[in-house]
Amino acid sequence: MDEPINLVLFSGTDDKLQAAAVLTAGAAALGKPVNVFLQYWALDAFRAERIDRDHGLAPEAGAEGKGHVDALRTAGQASWAETLRQAKDLGSVDIQACSLSMDLLGIEESDLDPLVDGVEGVTAFYLNAGEGQVVFI
Amino acid sequence: MLETEPTINRTIDARGSFCPGPLMELIRGIREAQVGDVLAVLSSDKGSKVDIPKWIEKAGHRLIAVEALEGYDRILVEKAR
Repeated sequence: MDEPINLVLFSGTDDKLQAAAVLTAGAAALGKPVNVFLQYWALDAFRAERIDRDHGLAPEAGAEGKGHVDALRTAGQASWAETLRQAKDLGSVDIQACSLSMDLLGIEESDLDPLVDGVEGVTAFYLNAGEGQVVFI
Repeated sequence: MLETEPTINRTIDARGSFCPGPLMELIRGIREAQVGDVLAVLSSDKGSKVDIPKWIEKAGHRLIAVEALEGYDRILVEKAR
């Protein structure tokens, strides 16, 4: 069995979440298990009532970058949430909310989109990560 | 271009879908296919002609052809297992 790839999502902007979703889908396509751990602003973006909102872009995008991102969206690029749904359908993708971030943001498990499989602490995240790489986005 | 066109059991038109959409559509198609079926994927994503053959090799299927057509690529694969 392949070691999992472990993505820690911290940023809650659409560009970073999109990049993370594509990395997740690619790994899932290769049969690699993926563990996604949601912290801070990324977790906030996974609230059921916020997931389909516009979450903005990283500051370095600027006006020109926003133009490119908007053009791809208009051309029909799947949203990061949709890409993650497809990735889950394709392979083993487990998405967990960081319990500390849940407390920090005052989020209940029932507030989260069904894409999120559960809530765990950082120790469980590391145990599940095993010897696999950890990527922070 | 292939000299003799194999019988294609299913064509997946993923043109207009962005990376990694075409590969994900192919994987779903392969799952639904029978061993021996030939699938054609049409993709306008520039990564597909590199990524899809690599996936086919890793997944143990048979790559038949990668053709550059006008504005898109057509990749033919046989489900081998």
